[in-house]
Amino acid sequence: MSRLDQCFKALKDSKQKALVPFITAGDPSADFTLNCMHEMVKAGASIIELGVPFSDPMADGPVIQRASERALANRMSLRGVIEIVRAFRETDQTTPVILMGYLNPIEFMGYETFASAAAEAGVDGVLTVDIPPEESADLIAAYDQHGLAPIFLLSPTSHENRIKKVSAVAKGYIYYVSLKGVTGAGNLELGEIETKIKEIKQHTSLPIAIGFGVKNADIAANIAKIGDAVVVGSALINCITDHLDNQTQGQQGISSLLSEMRTAMDAVTQ
Amino acid sequence: MPTSDNKKQAVVTDYNLPDERGHFGPYGGLFVGETLMESIDELNKAYAKFIRDPDFLAELDADLHDYVGRPSPIYYAERLTKETGGAQIYLKREDLNHTGAHKINNTIGQALLAKRMGKTRIIAETGAGQHGVATATVAARLGLECVIYMGAEDIQRQSPNVYRMKLLGAKVVAVTSGSQTLKDALNEALRDWVTNIDNTYYIIGTVAGPHPYPAMVRDFQTIIGRESREQMMAKTGHLPDALVACVGGGSNAIGLFHPFIEDESVSIYGVEAAGLGVETGQHSAPLNAGKPGVLHGNRTYLMADENGEIIETHSISAGLDYPGVGPEHAWLKDIGRAEYVSIKDDEALAAFHQLTRVEGIIPALESSHAVAYAIKLAKTMSKDQTILVCLSGRGDKDIFTIAELEGIEL
Ligand SMILES: Cc1ncc(COP(=O)(O)O)c(C=O)c1O
Repeated sequence: MSRLDQCFKALKDSKQKALVPFITAGDPSADFTLNCMHEMVKAGASIIELGVPFSDPMADGPVIQRASERALANRMSLRGVIEIVRAFRETDQTTPVILMGYLNPIEFMGYETFASAAAEAGVDGVLTVDIPPEESADLIAAYDQHGLAPIFLLSPTSHENRIKKVSAVAKGYIYYVSLKGVTGAGNLELGEIETKIKEIKQHTSLPIAIGFGVKNADIAANIAKIGDAVVVGSALINCITDHLDNQTQGQQGISSLLSEMRTAMDAVTQ
Repeated sequence: MPTSDNKKQAVVTDYNLPDERGHFGPYGGLFVGETLMESIDELNKAYAKFIRDPDFLAELDADLHDYVGRPSPIYYAERLTKETGGAQIYLKREDLNHTGAHKINNTIGQALLAKRMGKTRIIAETGAGQHGVATATVAARLGLECVIYMGAEDIQRQSPNVYRMKLLGAKVVAVTSGSQTLKDALNEALRDWVTNIDNTYYIIGTVAGPHPYPAMVRDFQTIIGRESREQMMAKTGHLPDALVACVGGGSNAIGLFHPFIEDESVSIYGVEAAGLGVETGQHSAPLNAGKPGVLHGNRTYLMADENGEIIETHSISAGLDYPGVGPEHAWLKDIGRAEYVSIKDDEALAAFHQLTRVEGIIPALESSHAVAYAIKLAKTMSKDQTILVCLSGRGDKDIFTIAELEGIEL
């Protein structure tokens, strides 16, 4: 059983939902990211999504754009992100790690080279924002070869035929983008999300993660009632941005926000 | 040096690209986030329907005639030809269109489509401001709300066009992310689009972006090449021996080239911006010095570092300052049907002055790249041959840039 499947099974057994923090690798440094990954696990994270910085993050709002710019200024790269995961795996063999980013760095590295290096370092899945299933055949073939889960997005605008297309190729989990817009935006309509998740569940048995717009413990708890995993990104990166001159404080901010979310989520599911 | 026109380009027959999913060989396609997929599907269907709809086409034709001022003439540049020596140089005068460039051929078409789709809000990206002005113009005419994204750096370089857009009622949003130029404006427009999908139509200004944009923008721009065929036959009795156009994203170029792709006797040259020189890295010439990758919704040649991060480009002309290029050009390059060459800042500047001086035509700095290459090429060809250059726009917008470069205060 894959690390991701084991993770979701264990959560189910303990009547918990997955808490999935997203941070951009290399923001503000590779050392910070590695340490932060371990701290996030201690604070209750179930799966870690590591953002691969890209020069043109078209689907991201200002918070993650700036994080990407800081990481690139520190020379973080796709290969660098893989190295962070390798270092993380030296002491953590159980927490799944997903890379999230854009296609071009993977195109430049080459699908096969990337898939083999990522899997060998201990990456469990890859979410690439700007590649729909229709263009993914070669990429998925490379992932299959190396046991990486291709993770896909669904959104409020995805109608039935798209839900079917995504469900046919996705592995690990499906990431439901809970609003029309970019990361970090807007307010969530819980009723609409719930209706959509029910629709998606008719076409897939994969766990559904919900993200975009999860800002605090209250929202996380509400989302935990609906989905299998709660993704939080911009709110964590705000902690880093607010304390760029004091990274320890930034880390503490991230840990305490995640702990609050973990507690609030467990309170509604256990 | 230009390769001699005697060098054979590939012969192409039954050219019918892209395929139904927008591919030109390995290039093009549809690489966007899931949130945009339904909208793009809707756009695809609407475009496929209206491009065959007689009412739509009649309205487009009427607008191109009465509002844009088409057909644009072809002008024989007699003194330039004489001064150069060699092939006869003709200019397709897209600079005479309303708003001063070819960009409006496309914005008219897409705005009419937006209206048919029931969209009330238009957004666009712009670099030099030409596409922004052309978009703001048609939005004003059709009574649509209009928001233009423009890199903060370009806003500085192109302030007259910023003011024109504002006069036309558009809101101009300064983009401060990334390199603060055209590519970042495109990113920001894509972000607006996913956020306001329900009422918003995104008019992309060149043959880039996800399918169907590269094909759709091309189709609206092929009016350039279709007119040119007839006009050159009428004027000279045969097709031109060579076509030359500048390539930023590549819309004026593909508009000229496309109707000639299957004509074996016609050589095709796309001119990229070599900036300070391709060897310096300070350029905007992805077909000459880039590598295939994926950006802004399609696979094409890109300027990126070894990690796939898009790098900053340089050109004297803001309209050519883009790290990618339309996917159809990538394909035409790979199959050898067209040759993609490059012209440096100073060569473009010299051509700008020469055309202004000997023909009384002030060309856009973008178009000056095409003129510069045509001059080089003409010298390698014989007097009984003809070159048709796409003069994609007029240079009024550039006089401030040029004055500043030459240390003249206006
Ligand atoms: C006059 C003119 N020519 C050419 C271009 C380059 O665009 P494209 O390559 O799409 O024709 C621009 C872009 O702003 C322009 O204003």
